[in-house]
Amino acid sequence: MTSAPLAGRGTGVAPWRDIRVIRVAAQVVVVGLVGLLAAFLLRNLLTAMDQRGLGFGFGFLDSTAGFAISETPIPYSATDTYGLAFLVGLLNTLFVSAVGIVLATLLGLVVGVARLSRNFLVNRVAAGYVEIIRNTPLLVQLFFLYAFLLQLPGVADSVALPGGIFLNQRGLSLPAPVFSPTLGAWLAFVALGIGLAIASRFLLPRGIRSIGLLAILVVPAIGWIVLGEAPIGVDPPVLQRFNFTGGMTLSSGFTALLAGLVLYTAAFIGEVVRGGILAVRRGQVEAARALGLSEGHILRLVVFPQALRVIVPPLTSQYLNLAKNSSLAIAIGYPDLFSVSQTMGNQTGQPVSVIVMVMGTYLTISLVTSLLMNLYNRRVQVLER
Amino acid sequence: MTAEVLPPPKISVGPMAWLRENLFSSVLSSLLTLVVGGLLLLVLLLVADWALTEARWGVVTSNLRLFLIGQYPGDQAWRVWLSLAIISALSGLSAGIYGAATRTLGASLAAGQILIAVLALASNLGWVAIAGLLVNAALVGVAFFASVRFRISRRLLVVMWLASLPVSFLLLSGLGTEAVPKVSTSLWGGLLLTFLLAIVGIVLSFPFGVLLALGRRSTLPAVRILSTVYIEVIRGVPLITILFMADIMLPLFLPGEVRLDRVLRAMGGITLFSAAYVAENVRGGLQAIPSGQGEAANALGLSTAQTNIFIILPQALRAVIPANVGLFISLLKDTTLVVIIGLLELLGIGRAVLAQTEWFGAQLEVYVFVAAVFFVMSYAMSQASYRLETAMGVGSR
Repeated sequence: MTSAPLAGRGTGVAPWRDIRVIRVAAQVVVVGLVGLLAAFLLRNLLTAMDQRGLGFGFGFLDSTAGFAISETPIPYSATDTYGLAFLVGLLNTLFVSAVGIVLATLLGLVVGVARLSRNFLVNRVAAGYVEIIRNTPLLVQLFFLYAFLLQLPGVADSVALPGGIFLNQRGLSLPAPVFSPTLGAWLAFVALGIGLAIASRFLLPRGIRSIGLLAILVVPAIGWIVLGEAPIGVDPPVLQRFNFTGGMTLSSGFTALLAGLVLYTAAFIGEVVRGGILAVRRGQVEAARALGLSEGHILRLVVFPQALRVIVPPLTSQYLNLAKNSSLAIAIGYPDLFSVSQTMGNQTGQPVSVIVMVMGTYLTISLVTSLLMNLYNRRVQVLER
Repeated sequence: MTAEVLPPPKISVGPMAWLRENLFSSVLSSLLTLVVGGLLLLVLLLVADWALTEARWGVVTSNLRLFLIGQYPGDQAWRVWLSLAIISALSGLSAGIYGAATRTLGASLAAGQILIAVLALASNLGWVAIAGLLVNAALVGVAFFASVRFRISRRLLVVMWLASLPVSFLLLSGLGTEAVPKVSTSLWGGLLLTFLLAIVGIVLSFPFGVLLALGRRSTLPAVRILSTVYIEVIRGVPLITILFMADIMLPLFLPGEVRLDRVLRAMGGITLFSAAYVAENVRGGLQAIPSGQGEAANALGLSTAQTNIFIILPQALRAVIPANVGLFISLLKDTTLVVIIGLLELLGIGRAVLAQTEWFGAQLEVYVFVAAVFFVMSYAMSQASYRLETAMGVGSR
């Protein structure tokens, strides 16, 4: 070692051995390499787009879309803009995901509890369901359900299910809720009932506190009588000669997609729930029993809060999976975000801008969902001291 | 307190006792048993009635070649069976050496090939294929006993496995010679393509995923941020958007002279996608390593690279093998999505077969068959993974 230049402040360490220098240098090298790669790819992209006459920009969002969408939650026609078409697709995705998450959670709870049932038959049926669903691809299930729906009888010979629901090859016809004009006034009664119930928790003496909860039921019931009209009516689908009038009809694409997503995700949620309940130590239940808590109290106060702690994080990722899997709608003709965007990409000749928009939107949905679930997760976690 | 006379204990053995305990233990339980049992019976009867009388299974048997290897030229099909033979032999050897989990896999591979050979008896696959499949199945067993009898070094086996992938790939794509002419990847299809997409996806994404996992845990902010952003962006979007991007944008991203065909583009997309998931698995393994391991290595004067390569990664990667098997299973199922960008893997072939006028309307049969094939493969692998977890004592140590 001859005269090595001393690293700053006279520490006596050569710069190529100084950990601070190495750290900075390593980061510069990594960022430089990634930057070079990005520049290389971007240059190719720009050249290729130039050669093929593809543009990049979002100006097309204001021009007329010129294609119809089969299912639109908001008014939309082919003469509307691409921007509106994209919004329609987004709303469809959000709608199917939201409904799917609620239904899959409910079914998943049932499956998870059934898997733990001491009844042999219930246990085995639930296990068989979970194994079949988890070991076959979702896309195959969707195609199967869609094909199954399409080979059902036509509208005239619809299969009647209990609850005024009809199933036929065009989809599912359900009774629709009808909001009466007095709904607003009635909701005020509901709010009053909830308010009274909360107030009673603080005002009533301990022994009769639970009576206050009845206000939630009683006050809205009084409201119903006072207003003299049901706040939410039901409009059942009625079979005419060629189609249904009244009610609401879900298309076969939507029905297949929703059923597929719910059945698929519920199997995974069932396993999550089962794992969560099993993760609560036996001693906890035994201790609660020794303290004289009733079975209902044990479940509500001891098992469930602890199981929730284990359940919430994997449940979040199942919700995210469901939202992402809804993009498979394109395979069975439900106009979701991805499906609408693909049409947009083909028509505008700007696939690059469209794919950037789509990925950005899905990313936002994922981030918002996991943010909300993380907030909830923080609430149910143990506060460690 | 009066002494209570207890009734004699209930019978606790025999089929009646079992029934009472497991199916009719309470009123609610009995009710459930009746309702669920009734529904199950109804569904089973309906399914059996459809499967035995109505379903036209001919759609499967008369198209079995397409389902297995797609449009791979018939006179070159021996190359598929030969590469399958390599894998069969290596699986047998591994089963003998590693035991437990690999034995399940080896047995499934043999059973699967026998099953296909039996199916092939009723199909147009021909005697060469049937003989090949049976020989392969036997090969698993022979290799198993050979490796039990003669000790084969593990290192050699790993080298052979690593070599088998490029060898099989070359065998399938061809050398351009008289005997083994080139076969364009656009002709690959069916189960062959499903397997290739999944295997290439997991193998190529593995090193990339390990780097990303190390990057995400790095103390260098720039490296950590880059890795985290990549992982979270990929995990936040659906696979189909990435496949779509790979299909449309990959050609734009590469220099004009480089032309990738559809299959390679899909493989690229799948690799980029699964790398993020591999990274998260590996990160889980890295976090499970006690920090004392890294600190001890540092104290011994090992550099960061040496610590990672010799101390941390060997332990972490071992711990995440079951998780990666799980990832491979979901990747195998996810390969069906390439249908949407127009590739003819198992599901794609199924849909192509439905376009034949002869089999118009036989959709449920095709989808049931495809689902059954996936079920058998995934179930075998998840069982293997389960045994592996037990053998490794994951979660119970």
